[in-house]
Amino acid sequence: MHKMKLSEIVDSLSLSVVTGGIDRDFEGVYAGDFLSRAMSRVEADDLWITIMNNVNVIAVASLTDAAAILLAENVSLMPDALAAAREKDVTVLSSGLSVYELCVALGRYGTVS
Amino acid sequence: MAENIVFHFDVDGEDFSSAGGASVTVKKKLRQLGIAPEYIRRVSIAMYEGEINMVIHANGGSADVIVSDDEIKIVLTDTGPGIPDVSLAMQEGYSTARDSIRSLGFGAGMGLPNMKKYTDTMEIDTELGRGTTITMTVKIA
Repeated sequence: MHKMKLSEIVDSLSLSVVTGGIDRDFEGVYAGDFLSRAMSRVEADDLWITIMNNVNVIAVASLTDAAAILLAENVSLMPDALAAAREKDVTVLSSGLSVYELCVALGRYGTVS
Repeated sequence: MAENIVFHFDVDGEDFSSAGGASVTVKKKLRQLGIAPEYIRRVSIAMYEGEINMVIHANGGSADVIVSDDEIKIVLTDTGPGIPDVSLAMQEGYSTARDSIRSLGFGAGMGLPNMKKYTDTMEIDTELGRGTTITMTVKIA
């Protein structure tokens, strides 16, 4: 896929910005909830779609240099996770759509090459 | 660099709120040292998995990272229960993590396999009832 600004999908998919900036480009998408899987599969500058909302998600996003975490199904971050995201400057977005619906929407939008 | 640079961390057991903290710090330090991103990524993944394993299974331990001219060495030491069957533990998908741990997103059974996959060498020294020491290296150009 080509590079795309987070702000572009925030607008087009009506995502909420939980914390962080949306001026950054993302280059790929990974969807999944097991942290070890995400740890090895999320590439730098990826958008990571998950329903996990604890503080460890922030550590994984930070270590993998993910462009942003996208929380599906209106999941909200635990308070300590939100604090960690702010401290580590990790962008977190959220949506009422399911992981599947988000993947389909992103695919339609042209993020699948 | 002429001398090795050593970072030492104590890893708290059962403290999931700060789990991964040592890995995040190491990542920052390696970046400051100008290590190439591909090596930092591999060290980060391997160390994070090791750190989480110590938190889940061994009530914590210690982590040392030694940066020399040609490699980054990670030594993880705990005084936990030891690994009864290393070859089984090395299989992708095999996990003994409790359900409460799994609900946090851990327990995919990818910890040790990831550590092996992302490092150039990995040695496991384990003794039941005594603890485990894992030594990993990532060669740097």
